[in-house]
Amino acid sequence: MQRDLTIAINRGGEITHFGVPEERTTLLNALYYIKNQTDNTLTFSSSCRSGVCGTCAVRVNGKEVLACSYNFEEDDLIEPLAYHEVQRDLKVNKQKVRETLKASTAWLQSSQEVAITEEQVTLTEKQTDCILCDSCYSSCPVLEVNPDFMGPFALTRAYRYTADPREGNIQSIIDNIQSNGIWDCTLCGNCTEVCPQGIDPKMDITLLRGTASQFGYTDPNFQAMDFGFGGGF
Amino acid sequence: MIDVLIIGSGGAGLASALTAKERGASVLVVGKSYPTASQTSMAQGGMNASLGNVTPDSIQSHIDDTIKSAHKLCNNQMVKQLCEDAPNSIAWLEKLGVPFDRTPESKVAQRQLGGASSKRACYAQDYTGLKILHTLYDTCLKEGVEILEEYFLLNLITKDSVVLGAIFLDIVTGEVKEIQAKTTIMATGGYAGVYKGFTTNSEGATGDGIASVLRAGGSVSDMEFVQFHPTALKSSATLISESARGEGGYLVNSKEERFIDELLPRDVVARAIALQISDGEEVFLDIRHLGEEKLLHLMPQEVHLCRLYENVDPIKELIPIKPVAHYSMGGIDINNNLEVTGLKNCYAVGECSNAKIHGANRLGGNSLLEIISLGRLAGKNAVGCVSQRTNKTVGGDCHRTTQLEEDKEYIEGLFEEYPWEQNFYDLQYELGSKFYKYAGIVRDNTELNNLLNELRVIKADIDNMGIGDKNRENNTNLVEFLQFQNSLEIGEVLLDSALVRDESRGAHYKEAFPNKDDKLYRVNSLYWVEENVLQNKLVKVVD
Repeated sequence: MQRDLTIAINRGGEITHFGVPEERTTLLNALYYIKNQTDNTLTFSSSCRSGVCGTCAVRVNGKEVLACSYNFEEDDLIEPLAYHEVQRDLKVNKQKVRETLKASTAWLQSSQEVAITEEQVTLTEKQTDCILCDSCYSSCPVLEVNPDFMGPFALTRAYRYTADPREGNIQSIIDNIQSNGIWDCTLCGNCTEVCPQGIDPKMDITLLRGTASQFGYTDPNFQAMDFGFGGGF
Repeated sequence: MIDVLIIGSGGAGLASALTAKERGASVLVVGKSYPTASQTSMAQGGMNASLGNVTPDSIQSHIDDTIKSAHKLCNNQMVKQLCEDAPNSIAWLEKLGVPFDRTPESKVAQRQLGGASSKRACYAQDYTGLKILHTLYDTCLKEGVEILEEYFLLNLITKDSVVLGAIFLDIVTGEVKEIQAKTTIMATGGYAGVYKGFTTNSEGATGDGIASVLRAGGSVSDMEFVQFHPTALKSSATLISESARGEGGYLVNSKEERFIDELLPRDVVARAIALQISDGEEVFLDIRHLGEEKLLHLMPQEVHLCRLYENVDPIKELIPIKPVAHYSMGGIDINNNLEVTGLKNCYAVGECSNAKIHGANRLGGNSLLEIISLGRLAGKNAVGCVSQRTNKTVGGDCHRTTQLEEDKEYIEGLFEEYPWEQNFYDLQYELGSKFYKYAGIVRDNTELNNLLNELRVIKADIDNMGIGDKNRENNTNLVEFLQFQNSLEIGEVLLDSALVRDESRGAHYKEAFPNKDDKLYRVNSLYWVEENVLQNKLVKVVD
């Protein structure tokens, strides 16, 4: 097969260039082409090939995409997700990052039997489309300064359960997302921009802040500011 | 020693884990990928239960439809049990928080799928499997179910046919590890991945668990029955859910003429499409008349996939499609308690198993039901098995076997030698396309025989292949090579059983034998390995 296009892959800090056939196809197909024909050692993760398993997220030219859902272009720079331990080439440790789901206790705390309306399902229809690809986490600048921040997907998932009419103990989730949670977000919207499923974690976090205030929580950043300026004026 | 080892972390594995844990057992789930990356995430259309929320329905109708679709190859008792439990399974998922769509009366919404006499499939848009799987995963985190990820199953550990656990390759570290358990549940998924390049399945649907049961002396059955989904995107083989037809989508040929009732069972529709294609027609799915609003609400994923992989906008354009391998009806042979034939203390559930529910052709919406309903049953039965053993005060001690050493030695050997006379990736794609052509929708004995011979030559040549990547850690080249070997073992049984069955029944169709032959072939085809030789017998289906 003719090799016309070149893509660059960040392998452990070193950039390697690979030739791939010029055709309109996905980045994942290009990665498989390289692994099967050029270099067996190229390492990446993938599974469903159709954008629902969340396995193959990488960064292309600095922006998160699913390799199976992105058509590559000449000179693209492919890198592993950020804020994840890189295990090898493009393969990262997602297990550690998913610990955030435990921290945010994103599950039904206490299940109550209630009638659910069509509209109520629609309220969290998008949020429950999450495929745990970690794109949002990788795009989040807060993790640069606070590695313990729960990050976008864990908070979106927490929101999804607080907005579920079956949830009988919303406060428990709200209590659990105070520290390194909703107030640490800068609402920059990077997560919303990169989500392959069109989820808007920024909005979910905003909504969670609203619910938190109903339970008497306030933004600790404002408190800190008040405290900082208080003595001077 | 843990009570219940569950191999496979998809929907069936997680449902059995939650049930076993709830019943007080110590549970360990081990899977080769992340739980939310499993095949369950790809199930779109829905999960059957005769709730009658939208159109009148009954458990009996669900049973009748399932038996009819199975073409007399199912175990009626198992079908009855499954259909009766379906409403409970939905109620259980509801309690965990699965966001099923609703009717205007705030009941769980249900849609029509092929072969069903009522609107029976409960759904969450066209992300039903994804949302069930993620809710199960969230619940596992809540309940503290221990999950080991990226552990690739090498072999079961057995002593006198008793399964004592399994040996795994820890993909991240490259180490070979032993996990012993009082009981083991296989929930390792299907084998439609054998049709590489011509399947809706994920890369990992290579029948690893089924192959390991064969190697351990257990039996598999009905491996010739593979369902072809009528509507996958033509260029990428990506699944377009049956709900597209259930909601009123048409199948049309190049002349834009309809040629089949779109809601007939999958085997019939797939054959009709294959016939059009062999007559030189192109086949399309037409959902334009459903309207943008309905499409974006009910099938957002389909619309997205068409745009991405086929470069067509299904709201305005026809969708080019072809039928591809989608679901394996056959698998690990089990009895009504889900115990594996030929092995002890071992259960199997989900697509890896043959619970004889789907028979010769699975109904859409019954596989999600199976993984939940029988997944819970597997968890319950495995715990029952543990307490029985504890009462008898046997077991519990670790056993010494040679399996760990054998598997370590084998993996070690792969790192030492690398002839690379043959690129196994090339062979994998080549075989996939030949399976599609010769062991696909329409089969022929001469072609099946030729392919079987070819596959046996490849199998005998395996020592000339190997891995190019010699790094121990995170070696996906190694994993893919092991998967390839499993798919060869599975493929051999598939071809042999397809050769033996000289009739047409459900998904298995031979032009030379176009009719059902109940006298000779109303049988389950059973395969096992004895002293390294594949054995088989045909077992009559009992009503």
